Amino acid sequence: MVAVAPSTDDVWEWLDLVPDPEIPVISVVDLGIVRDVDWDGDTLVVAVTPTYSGCPATAIIALEIEAALRARGVEDIRLETRIAPPWTTDWLSQKGRARLEEYGIAPPRAAGGPARCPRCGATDLERVSQFGSTPCKAQWRCRDCLEPFDYFKCI
Amino acid sequence: MGGVETPTASLLEAKSDLFEFLLRMGDNTLILGHRVSEWCGHAPVLEEDIALANTALDLIGQTQMWLGLAGEVEGQGRSADDLAFLRDVWDFRNLLLVEQPNGDFGQTILRQFLFDAWHVEMLTRLTDSSDARIAAIAGKAVKEASYHVERSGDTVIGLGDGTEESHARMQAALDRLWPYLGEMFQGDAVDEAMAGAGIAPAPEALQTPVMERIEAVLAEATLTIPETRHAQSGGKTGTRHSEHLGHLLTQMQWLQRAYPGATW
Repeated sequence: MVAVAPSTDDVWEWLDLVPDPEIPVISVVDLGIVRDVDWDGDTLVVAVTPTYSGCPATAIIALEIEAALRARGVEDIRLETRIAPPWTTDWLSQKGRARLEEYGIAPPRAAGGPARCPRCGATDLERVSQFGSTPCKAQWRCRDCLEPFDYFKCI
Repeated sequence: MGGVETPTASLLEAKSDLFEFLLRMGDNTLILGHRVSEWCGHAPVLEEDIALANTALDLIGQTQMWLGLAGEVEGQGRSADDLAFLRDVWDFRNLLLVEQPNGDFGQTILRQFLFDAWHVEMLTRLTDSSDARIAAIAGKAVKEASYHVERSGDTVIGLGDGTEESHARMQAALDRLWPYLGEMFQGDAVDEAMAGAGIAPAPEALQTPVMERIEAVLAEATLTIPETRHAQSGGKTGTRHSEHLGHLLTQMQWLQRAYPGATW
């Protein structure tokens, strides 16, 4: 039996099916935390960067990536943590941004605040708190529909 | 011993200075992170509770990187967890400021602001460190410190320039914490070695920019800078911690002391 190593393109596609544990509508690839996929001999090396240094999801993400690859038959896996260059919301994919908004989380913007309410689309907004339910989010509120919502902080 | 090079005394000294410096960085974030985490579930409003818990989480995440590298540099097989949970008071190298008790919410926020003002400046300079590992950690941490200082500075202004009650409490907090500020800018032989190697800035070099930021925020907060020039020190060298650190460690290290070697 000849085992053929999957291409790195295939691996990227598989990883794009691994949901972020805290925002399951986007994948770990959408989030921009998978930095590199490469073969080192027979070992598949996946470089992952944390969003925030204390993000408790980081360990879960590593487990889920490993489980997803094992389910595809990859046995020899090495996960590497890469902190430089530091993660930035610029690495969020366009697909990820659209899904965040559909899910009710305003995507990050360089302007430092949400463009519109992800629920009703109004633009009269106020910041409630710089910190939200996870390290990567802030709490905002729409003055039009009066609903609070999460904003994915731009860093 | 043929072929095995014995490290020279100066190389060993450079290694121990670097280890010491990394402990200082990691112990500051560890002890402050633990202190801030004591607020979890107790903050005056939900938003602040979440903000405090998130700040603590950032600081503890940074600790893992600093103490992880410290253990690597030391080369004795100690992990970040070993360094955090298996050292005693005198082995800690944090500034006295960060081990001070939380007091009321105002005192916690003021302590946070004084630390953040220094931290963001220090980390910014460390992104140019000659040691690439240190520059990488600083590049990650400075993003977090930047929004920490934004929030703590805004909150100091809001409370200082707030009600009569909040102003009085912030002034009392400032009077209490002010003597712990000077230690940030006092250099010693370790700092000299770091500055000489281009690894870290001399602490004295941070004084002007840090104090400018602090004075601007305190002025806007309508708070009066205490006249005392006295500075408490001894935390970063480990020669004299305050009594509070030991009490903090009894909580933070309880599990490892009751069940040595316990793991998940």
